Amino acid sequence: MKYVDEYRDGDAAQKYARAIAQLTTRPWTIMEICGGQTHSIVKHGIDELLPKEITLVHGPGCPVCVTPVELIDKAVEIAARPEVIFCSFGDMLRVPGTKKDLLSVKAAGGDVRIVYSPMDAVNLARANPARQVVFFAVGFETTAPANAMSVYQAKQLGITNYSVLVSHVLVPPAMAAILSSPLNQVQGFLAAGHVCTVMGYAEYEPLAAKFHVPMVVTGFEPLDILQGITMCIKQLEEGRAEVENQYSRVVQRAGNVAAQKTIAEVFEVCDRKWRGIGEIPQSGWGLREKYAAHDAEKRFDIISGPVEESKECISGLIMQGVKKPDQCPAFGVSCIPERPLGAPMVSSEGACAAYYRYRRQETRSKKQEAGNRKQEAGIQN
Amino acid sequence: MNTNFTLSCPIPISDYPYVLLAHGGGGKLTNQLIAKMFVPLFNNPELEAQHDGAVFRVGGGDRVGLSSSEMGDRKGSPLLAFSTDSYVIHPLFFPGGDIGSMAVHGTVNDLAMCGARPLYLSAGYIIEEGLPMDTLWRIVQSMAQAAKNAHVSIVTGDTKVVDRGKGDGVFINTAGVGIIEHDQRIAPQSVRPGDVLIVNGDIGRHGIAIMAVREGLEFETIIESDSAPVADLVLQLLDARVEIHCMRDLTRGGMASALNEIAEGSQTGIAIEERRVPVRDDVNAACELLGFDPLYVACEGRFVAFVAPQDADRALEIMRRHPLGADAAIIGSVKADGYPGVVMMKSRIGANRIVDMISGEQLPRIC
Repeated sequence: MKYVDEYRDGDAAQKYARAIAQLTTRPWTIMEICGGQTHSIVKHGIDELLPKEITLVHGPGCPVCVTPVELIDKAVEIAARPEVIFCSFGDMLRVPGTKKDLLSVKAAGGDVRIVYSPMDAVNLARANPARQVVFFAVGFETTAPANAMSVYQAKQLGITNYSVLVSHVLVPPAMAAILSSPLNQVQGFLAAGHVCTVMGYAEYEPLAAKFHVPMVVTGFEPLDILQGITMCIKQLEEGRAEVENQYSRVVQRAGNVAAQKTIAEVFEVCDRKWRGIGEIPQSGWGLREKYAAHDAEKRFDIISGPVEESKECISGLIMQGVKKPDQCPAFGVSCIPERPLGAPMVSSEGACAAYYRYRRQETRSKKQEAGNRKQEAGIQN
Repeated sequence: MNTNFTLSCPIPISDYPYVLLAHGGGGKLTNQLIAKMFVPLFNNPELEAQHDGAVFRVGGGDRVGLSSSEMGDRKGSPLLAFSTDSYVIHPLFFPGGDIGSMAVHGTVNDLAMCGARPLYLSAGYIIEEGLPMDTLWRIVQSMAQAAKNAHVSIVTGDTKVVDRGKGDGVFINTAGVGIIEHDQRIAPQSVRPGDVLIVNGDIGRHGIAIMAVREGLEFETIIESDSAPVADLVLQLLDARVEIHCMRDLTRGGMASALNEIAEGSQTGIAIEERRVPVRDDVNAACELLGFDPLYVACEGRFVAFVAPQDADRALEIMRRHPLGADAAIIGSVKADGYPGVVMMKSRIGANRIVDMISGEQLPRIC
């Protein structure tokens, strides 16, 4: 397929792998921010092509994963109401709340529908004036323009039965939080290509300078990621810490200005809780007061208390790049995609789910070996 | 018997108090439902083989588990394959087929996967009140034509009508009987290291064709379903004495689920290569757009055959001469040093990864 196959070419990938090996003189830890990149790395086995000095750690950039449980609970409660048509992107449906996921609500009779665009939800609202249509507006900067546009249009068209349950999160504050942590191990970033398509990358420049960390705006295909890593390693080896753009076929420094305008019209920056990480100040978007009439949290009176996350789960450390999924004792044992304990096992783009899906066997045999060694040691004692 | 009953009570599926759509998705949840609810209670060796259909001998009192030579020897009582499937597809008509033709192809293919020559089908119609008579007529006509093309007779049937709103237009169940006329034992248990995996054509077209109609996606060309009866092709392989160890049609859950089931059933390790798996460009594009993996998308006229290595080239040649196998390809093999029960795939860039069984249905991704 044109514009895809070129970026998955095996020979070119091997060339990049050799170039990276030649560049690398000492150990480096690089974090890819976006869940789409994590998925691609694990699915295509990109990290297997890298020299052992390079460690890829996986960032918090999976919107499905970081949506707080409290909000899933709210979604579940709203979706169960008889007057509601609850619309969501497909992969949010399987995310477990405290008791249920949206698929279970659907099975129990709730009107839960998958849409491909929030504008489809607006159309549903227009076609069903007697029902309340609620759209689950989650995601990073990538999904924000369309979500904002849906609210803007609903207001313009006087569609009063359309509201959104918002949990938008922002990448730069999360990167700052990771870099400020005393546990931080990340030395370079692959910034999320599609987030930057919307927002541009000027806002990353002060971060790169302040923390002296190179950031390379990177795409999602194997060759994109390999080239992004090459650029990042080159900077690290040369002692530079700049923002560079690997994904130049899509991303411009200023981003998509029209999209940014729409976002600014509808959303304002707010504090946001991240599943597995906790509250990060000024790390999300919420509806502006003038669009409060379309805020599902205000429209539906929902009581939901704070939720405690599993004690066993180390997802916070995983999403900050301190640990890898298979270093978690619960991984693949008490935590599997059908019964996730923590955020990154929830969506297929979460780091734990990606490891479980594509790497389970290696982990299993590693754990088995460790078990065998313990057993042998036990016998000797 | 009583103790058995109490053993499986209370309801053994504890994770979900209600049936989800995903329980019918052909992935892990479907398998759990079958393994925990149906198999233990219906409990018999034919069912436990967990093939696409049951294989048994009529009259002789013999059951499956016979060695292949025993199976072939007892000419007096024929060896039969028996299978059933229900068709609940929306939309009823789609590019490349409709529910009527699919209901024939699906069951014919299940019988073919047992190595049987399909003979007789039943047809059970559950019709929703208010279905236009013309729609029903078109479906029945299509079904008759499909049966003729697949050389099977629809010999018995049933009709029920349910209240408006209690059915999605029409549901069809077909069951089929076929005869096994060779002495090969085609089952997951016969899979051996070294076996070569051959698929009879490009994968994922049926699922994407349905999805495109359902979701109103438009592409430059219309993607047509691959729905087709593969029995004739399979019988040609068997008539040519190709040593086939196992076959599986790639329906719900796609190629990934089929290969996982066989890896699991045979306790062997399967290795495939991404670049060898045939996927059409338009199907690939649709998958990219929706965030789907073609390995998990359903087909209705595709199967994978596990063939003894010495017969692989010959099998490929026979397949490619047949209209339903023109794009047949060798996609991998069974490894002696693989992880038992695991399917591995070599990616385009040369790294290895697991091809997992999907847990429910594929859901379109956020971004």
